[in-house]
Amino acid sequence: MAESNTVVIIGGGFSGLTAAVEAAEAEKDVIVIEKNPYLGGRVAQLNKYFWKLCPPTCGLEIQFKRIKNNAGVKIYTLAEVQDIKGEEGNFDVSVKVNPRYVNEKCVACDACAQACPSYRDNTFNFGMDKTKAAYLPFNQAFPMQYVIDRNSCAPNCKACADACKYNAIDLSMKPETINIKAGAVIMAMGWNPYDASKIDNLSFGKVQNVITNMMMERLSAPNGPTQGKIIRPSDGKEVKNIAFVQCAGSRDENHLPFCSYICCLASLKQAMYVREQYPDSKVRIFYIDLRTPGLYEHRFLKKAMDDPDITLTKGKVAGINEDPETKDVIVEVEDIFSGSKTKLKFDMVVLATGMEPATKTFQTIKNVSYTSDGFVDTGAKKGIYPVGTLKNPVDVVRSAQDATSAVIKGIQSLRRI
Amino acid sequence: MEKKYGVYICKGCGIGEGVNIEKLANNVKGMVCKTHDILCSPEGINLIKEDMKNEGVNAITIAACSPRVKTEEFDFPGALIERVNLREFVVWSHEPNNEETQSLAEDYLLMGIEKIKKGDLPEPNILQDLSSTILVIGGGVSGMNAAIEAANAGYKVVLVEKEAQLGGFANRLYKKIPTGEYFNKPLIVDTDIDKLIKEVESHPDIKVYKSSKIEKTEGQPGLYDVTVSTNGGSETIKIGAIVLATGWKPYDATKLDYLGYGKSQNVVTNIEFEEIAKKGNGKILRPSDGKEAKKVAFIQCAGQRDQNHLPYCSSMCCATSLKQARYVRQNNKDAVAMVLYKDIRTPGRLELYYKEAQNDPGVMLTKAEIKGVSDAGNGNLFIEAENTLLGEKIKLEADMVVLAAGMIPTTREPQEYLDGLTLAGTKGDEAKAKYIEETPKPEFILNLSYRQGPEIPSLEGAYGFADSNFICFPYETRRTGIYAAGGVRRPMDMSEAQDDAAGAAFKAIQCIDHVSRGVAVHPRAWDITFPDPLLIRCTSCKRCTEECPFGAIDEDEKGTPFYKINRCRRCGTCMGACPERIVSFKDYSVDIIGSMIKTIESPDEETIRIIALVCENDAYPALDTAALQRKKIDPAVRFIPLRCLGGMNLVWIADALSRGLDGVLLLGCKFGENYQCHFVKGSELANYRFGKVGETLNKLQLEAERVQLMQVAIAEYDKLPDMINEYVERVKEIGPNPFKGF
Repeated sequence: MAESNTVVIIGGGFSGLTAAVEAAEAEKDVIVIEKNPYLGGRVAQLNKYFWKLCPPTCGLEIQFKRIKNNAGVKIYTLAEVQDIKGEEGNFDVSVKVNPRYVNEKCVACDACAQACPSYRDNTFNFGMDKTKAAYLPFNQAFPMQYVIDRNSCAPNCKACADACKYNAIDLSMKPETINIKAGAVIMAMGWNPYDASKIDNLSFGKVQNVITNMMMERLSAPNGPTQGKIIRPSDGKEVKNIAFVQCAGSRDENHLPFCSYICCLASLKQAMYVREQYPDSKVRIFYIDLRTPGLYEHRFLKKAMDDPDITLTKGKVAGINEDPETKDVIVEVEDIFSGSKTKLKFDMVVLATGMEPATKTFQTIKNVSYTSDGFVDTGAKKGIYPVGTLKNPVDVVRSAQDATSAVIKGIQSLRRI
Repeated sequence: MEKKYGVYICKGCGIGEGVNIEKLANNVKGMVCKTHDILCSPEGINLIKEDMKNEGVNAITIAACSPRVKTEEFDFPGALIERVNLREFVVWSHEPNNEETQSLAEDYLLMGIEKIKKGDLPEPNILQDLSSTILVIGGGVSGMNAAIEAANAGYKVVLVEKEAQLGGFANRLYKKIPTGEYFNKPLIVDTDIDKLIKEVESHPDIKVYKSSKIEKTEGQPGLYDVTVSTNGGSETIKIGAIVLATGWKPYDATKLDYLGYGKSQNVVTNIEFEEIAKKGNGKILRPSDGKEAKKVAFIQCAGQRDQNHLPYCSSMCCATSLKQARYVRQNNKDAVAMVLYKDIRTPGRLELYYKEAQNDPGVMLTKAEIKGVSDAGNGNLFIEAENTLLGEKIKLEADMVVLAAGMIPTTREPQEYLDGLTLAGTKGDEAKAKYIEETPKPEFILNLSYRQGPEIPSLEGAYGFADSNFICFPYETRRTGIYAAGGVRRPMDMSEAQDDAAGAAFKAIQCIDHVSRGVAVHPRAWDITFPDPLLIRCTSCKRCTEECPFGAIDEDEKGTPFYKINRCRRCGTCMGACPERIVSFKDYSVDIIGSMIKTIESPDEETIRIIALVCENDAYPALDTAALQRKKIDPAVRFIPLRCLGGMNLVWIADALSRGLDGVLLLGCKFGENYQCHFVKGSELANYRFGKVGETLNKLQLEAERVQLMQVAIAEYDKLPDMINEYVERVKEIGPNPFKGF
């Protein structure tokens, strides 16, 4: 038998969480290494899921409840794997745990944030608002524990520590390195939104009212920067005339050569957010192919097609500019059939930005091999199993499915040695 | 258990500032009651632990924060614990130091104490002689992979295949699409199905039954008796859990005559094309004259994305046609493959496969609306299409036409038949008998001997696939211990089906593990309580057997229910359904909740008091989140969590109103299509029962508006306080319940 009954799971997003609870419920010891101060990953940032239009926090709540009721799961947040040594059944995983500056005595009373004089860009909301340097990542965060962004603190300030009645703040915390013995490792680091500013002609970062699809999720969420009101960045105007540009970076050899799977369905979903919030709004979606494979997915497309105020146009966006006076967005579109170009004006434009596997930039784990576009090659190393979007761009259902399937491989590793 | 009570009240997080703790503690009579500034601190926890050690305290009421937080701190194994949510439900959501807030805190505390008085520590119900063998039904790629994965994880596997040989559809394929990177690789590779078959057949822990069917599946997880029939003989096998991997059938191509199928021999389906390629060992010899086809047109979405045929997309056909285009191209430099599509759907890294096709000058790809397929003489065919990238109207000539026909799950026919039977049953016995006589009965797969029917029930909008309703939990079916995998679950390609099979095999293993410990499976995967009905008082009304979302309750010949406990998910729907109130869990029963409600009294005849029965999975966290944002809720309302709103028993409403409470609010999940209930239809059933509340109210001569059901999602914490407050205002307008004080 393996020396260790432990499965290390790198990443606490939906894939990692699924693998963690599933393995723990099969009586394995599980250690989750999450780089954020909270679990839930990208899913936590979503307003709703396609195609059911239900809130992702519903499923997260169940996963968290399963963890709370299972002593077999140990979680490290703000932690990153630095190296994995050894072989299947007997890995040594070294993990750097960064300080939270807040310990488990925190009760989430908010006193530290109220006392804190400094602000930081809210990364959870893609910088669309600010939080105090002492902050709770979001209102349904797990663990329900504040965190202090020391890089944003005022020099020598300890207002938070003074305000805390619970001895929960320790500004002297230092990074630690821990070593974990594990029989199997599941890699579930997920994906990052592709940097849209690299796509020159789409003018992200240059035209104020061009945002990305992940920003749109935050903009639509009740715990987002606008409490769910879809308004544009330049002047807070209600967005009644909006365009979505599909394949922003995806299916493009200069950016992401693959299809990111989720963007067509995500834009259809976001079109429905706008249509629900503003019944007099109009939505335009520019696409190459509408990729909604499957049962419900296809029905979801039909639902959008049945709305006369959602227009789907097969066309390529050649360029995006700003009307300097109104800050409206001017989109130049090439008709795919005739080749003619037209210019159209919108209140705001959402770029359907693709998925870049986290392993494109995070390849500290040396003993597995990576494909040219950054995915982990499956089966590269016995006992280490990449899941979900590290193998192939997929949605939440397929991530959960894949994470579950990786657990049986992990169990096989534990018993093989 | 002999109980020694202890009540511990936390003063931290504003509780001490918002509530008069001394006055609150005075409500606790005849038991240890202690307060602490920060109960979750090591000192606070130690206070409780010391009492457990020295005083033998084992029934603990913790009045502090929400039970959703500080779970590690307030975990005392071996003790009965009740958390009273003074922080979120009282001080964070109400004005401090006011009579109504104080009264609220006192009511919550008394309810908590009542619950712990009535409740008891559960013991798991572990059934004997459990089997840990996994049955895999279907010997295609999904089924064989499920079998191998489970066997390699240390389990015995029984694999049942209806055909004389293993392999399923893969046997008919010429080649498959490679996985991994597509560059510098052959674009078509061997399926290696023979190797997989050999691995299965030679595996010491896999027993294969070919030419076999499941005649009957009786019992429950861990204790299934599955009768397998093979060539007239049959054998009954003990089984722990089941993987359903019976796959799919191609759509009936005779219905595609509008695309020329049946009119010309040279119009074939994608599956038939595989067989042609396989037979010719790569050479495409067309059916009509055996001539090598050098110009082949592929019509995508043949009968798919079409309300008249299959209203969905089968996901795998675009990539399949791109693969088959390679068959056309591989032997002939001048051969042409034409792919006519609505949208090319090659999601993820399959895009790179598509790119390879685009880079091949012999593969012509265009979006097109097909207008017709007609005879061009000599066995050739014309394809007329509109709105293409090659022109508005085009006419192409091809040697052969391949129709990319879709997938139909093997579960569809049985489901349609059974749904028809149910519908006929609602029209009376005569209609049912007529249906049975006149409708051809399709072949069933599982043949479950369950009260609720022999197969996995249909799911609205799943078109007969045995899929999960949940995005987060893809393996959930409504039959505990039975997990679907591969093409029977959802349209998917072979590579996805392999992984899916591994996932389903794992869930089967996990289920076996849970029943061996007497623990529920998903979502209450920690719960060792179980329903224990007092059958002596059962009137055989059958409501529990009909309403159980998981078919966990069967009936004997007299109609008396009996639980198959390993099928049960512990949602308490049966408890809510039972008019005799006889279904109880050790820590959750009609009496426990009813007694909690009875502790609430209005201080005078004018003060409004309302109870809210709340789904603990969605509405409860939404209330906590609203409190975190310090949203105010009217102090007239007392929240009582339920495992699921499906556990709501009407007697609570009748009791509450007849005792003078002014209203009852029910907070459950969204129901209907796209329902969000983790127990399938809890809030919908509550709503159905709620429809009968009118009678009770009429009897009491009370206004119907006093009782209301709201559908709330977990993310609606921003709206929920207003929804509740508006409801309270309406009750206040109606005025106090005239039964107050009686």
